[in-house]
Amino acid sequence: MSDLEIQAGLGRSPRAARSSRLPRRFGVAESLAGLFALFLVTAALFPGLVAPGDPLGIDPLSAFQSPSFAHWFGTDESGRDIFTRVSHGTGSSLLIGTLATLIGLGLGLVLGTLAGMLGPVVDFTVNRFLEVLFAFPGLLLALLFILIFGPGVATATVAVGLATAPGYARIIRGQLLSVRSSAFVEAATVLGRSPGQILVRHILPNTLAPLFVLGTLGIGQAIVWASALSYLGLGAAPPAAEWGAMLSAGRTYIGSAWWMSFFPGLFIVLTAVSATALGRGIERRMRHA
Amino acid sequence: MSGETGMSASEAATATPTGTPADGVAGGGAPAVRVRNLVVGFGAPGADPVLNGVTFEVAPGECLAIVGESGSGKSVTARTLLGLAGDHACVRADELSLAGADVRGLSEQGWRRRRGRDVGLVLQDALVSLDPLRPVGREIADSLRLHTSLGAAARHARVLELLDRVGLPDAGNSVRKRSGELSGGQRQRALIAAAIALDPPLLIADEPTTALDVTVQAQILELLASLKRAGTGILLISHDLAVVGRLADRIAVMSEGRIVEQGPAHEMLTRPEHPVTRQMLAAIPVDKPRGLRLSPRGAAPVSPALVSPALPAPDRMDRGAPPVTVLEATGLVKRFTRPDGSEQLAVDGVSFRLERGTTLGIVGESGSGKTTTARLALALTRPDAGEVRVLGQPFSSATERQRRRLRPQIGAVYQDALSSFDPRLSVEQVLRDAVGGGSSTGRGGASGSAPDRLQVLQLLDAVGLAQGLLGRRPLSLSGGQRQRVSIARALASGPQILICDEPVSSLDVTVQAQVLDLLDELQRDRGLSLLFISHDLGVIQHVSDQVAVMLGGRIVETGAAARVFAAPEHPYTQALLGAVPRIGY
Repeated sequence: MSDLEIQAGLGRSPRAARSSRLPRRFGVAESLAGLFALFLVTAALFPGLVAPGDPLGIDPLSAFQSPSFAHWFGTDESGRDIFTRVSHGTGSSLLIGTLATLIGLGLGLVLGTLAGMLGPVVDFTVNRFLEVLFAFPGLLLALLFILIFGPGVATATVAVGLATAPGYARIIRGQLLSVRSSAFVEAATVLGRSPGQILVRHILPNTLAPLFVLGTLGIGQAIVWASALSYLGLGAAPPAAEWGAMLSAGRTYIGSAWWMSFFPGLFIVLTAVSATALGRGIERRMRHA
Repeated sequence: MSGETGMSASEAATATPTGTPADGVAGGGAPAVRVRNLVVGFGAPGADPVLNGVTFEVAPGECLAIVGESGSGKSVTARTLLGLAGDHACVRADELSLAGADVRGLSEQGWRRRRGRDVGLVLQDALVSLDPLRPVGREIADSLRLHTSLGAAARHARVLELLDRVGLPDAGNSVRKRSGELSGGQRQRALIAAAIALDPPLLIADEPTTALDVTVQAQILELLASLKRAGTGILLISHDLAVVGRLADRIAVMSEGRIVEQGPAHEMLTRPEHPVTRQMLAAIPVDKPRGLRLSPRGAAPVSPALVSPALPAPDRMDRGAPPVTVLEATGLVKRFTRPDGSEQLAVDGVSFRLERGTTLGIVGESGSGKTTTARLALALTRPDAGEVRVLGQPFSSATERQRRRLRPQIGAVYQDALSSFDPRLSVEQVLRDAVGGGSSTGRGGASGSAPDRLQVLQLLDAVGLAQGLLGRRPLSLSGGQRQRVSIARALASGPQILICDEPVSSLDVTVQAQVLDLLDELQRDRGLSLLFISHDLGVIQHVSDQVAVMLGGRIVETGAAARVFAAPEHPYTQALLGAVPRIGY
């Protein structure tokens, strides 16, 4: 190799790589989202550490107090501290969101892989089935499921997972098809690899890598949906410290005690936003890796 | 021509501020562009500048060609002349003037007024440069709308006139077409029409013909020459000395941000002094006999410990033995269905034989069915009729399971090496996969055995790559390095046949020369048989023993390379040969 080529290679790529990587180390949005996510995880794992009080402890004397130093987020109609309840509710909200996303991804993976790998007949069938599911708004699908299996945290989780599955299936199918027809899969065929080897070595890893991003993005949405179901009284029931249920309980007093619904709502929004910001950050990094 | 009036107008407006008369410029008046000691740097002030002391000028009606490798700074030069060097660029110059006006420190707004009016730009990739959703007529009219007070009807008339001038057939119809509906050459013409809409005194053409077939390339060069005769100054940027030789009056050779040699085209092409110029001239494959090295010898890093014949190499070809056919195609036919339902014959009755130890070159322009032929030979698509046999055994008619036994005998090198590598894998993983893949050893995440590792190192050495590249992703390698990795992968199974589909067409001429030399060396060392596919007749002439010329899915002429090139029989072959750029002095 000539000096020219070496220099072209060294001179261009590392410099370009460095200069393009530097500015996207940690954006402001990403840093804030990361900090908030850290707080959420701490609250989910050790709620006592963040808010030592009892989320269900009734104190009728201090009912309906507005936010103050004693009660950061105020208190509800039974005098329970909203901050304590929001913190203790983090665990169940995150768990519901994560489980629902995993269920959705899992189902989507099965359907998408069937459609993408097993030939045109299966592809056609699965696609028509997905189109039927797409015809219903996701939340309606979830409601239908709950109608059949009855309300509750578990059914709400599965329902949200089911509702998100068609979208994931579509994306996974598309990704599979594009990876399958890519030049590097063809190159592996020319090298004499069997379809099984190619699937394990090239197709699956390149299909699954983007799912990580999708999952992170999906958790935020799943939490919003699960909260919506709880708000409608179809998920967690009111005395439980769950964001959607708290939102629902606060609705009655929205005129006099806005903080009862504002802070759970704020946490739902912030969680969804930070999950999205983190997901986008990971996505950008992976694309340039 | 209206170019003259445009010139004198801008001259009159700008002659006073600089005050320096343009001395030594033919034709009189201000030069279209004049650059003295241009320095452009990116990033930290202490870092090496990308351009270092570049000086040149282009007079009206003159063509200066800047020739250099990718990374030599020629494109940065072009961008600087358009005020497009970028936000992070630090531009300094003793003089930088367009049409006589100083453009140093010009604001973005000032640049916007000048682009199109004082300087036009033609880029390499017309498909990307034109908006796919807008008719080309509208695209061309844009600059007229922004820079002139012409009414809609006058603009339309001017657009038609421009399209006619650049030789787009049926201008009235072409105006309404979108870029996707035009051929590559037509797109390039439309792009040139847009660039000359305002009759700028200077036209910058950055690799204007690199993506085009030779016959179209010749036409575009002729078009640029006619613009030059009409008084436009042309700054032609290319990596290929043979291409610029047709058009340039003067040539400047760039290397590492400096102009290393500059002079009249004739002298530069016949009596080059600087080693970089000599190397570029030597790299041009056309009219060079087979086996002659195109790149300087001994540049490849060779570690003596690894030069052992441990790689599975097929028997060397012994002269005098009867020729053995290793790859044979008979009556191949492949149809594709167009989106509108009609059928297209991509390959129409193609037959060829590849003898052991020789190279069969298949040459043709885009759409001639070359790549489909390669894919058929690799059994990546099934022929509608005909058969491919490898080493005398059925290949295309066998099942993939049966083929897998023969696959190690055939290696493939692709035009776009990068996309042929799994983006997650490093160079080492790519090669390790190729080396240890067929057997069950070293699959998946296993760390692989020591013999595998040694074999990977030998492969790297065979293709002249340093071991330091093992951990890199192909994405971070240069084009030449990627193609070397691709060749190493193809050699991993010790094949007898190598099928190369446009292996050098995305590379600079000097890098192309290195890769061609490498293939030649490997062929001799290992007795490889090559099916070499290219649109570049010069390359084919240099590498082939046998040649097949393809047109519209058929082989229109075939025979020994020496015969075909000396006395082409088919008119198409003659036309192709006539269009090949060569140093004609």
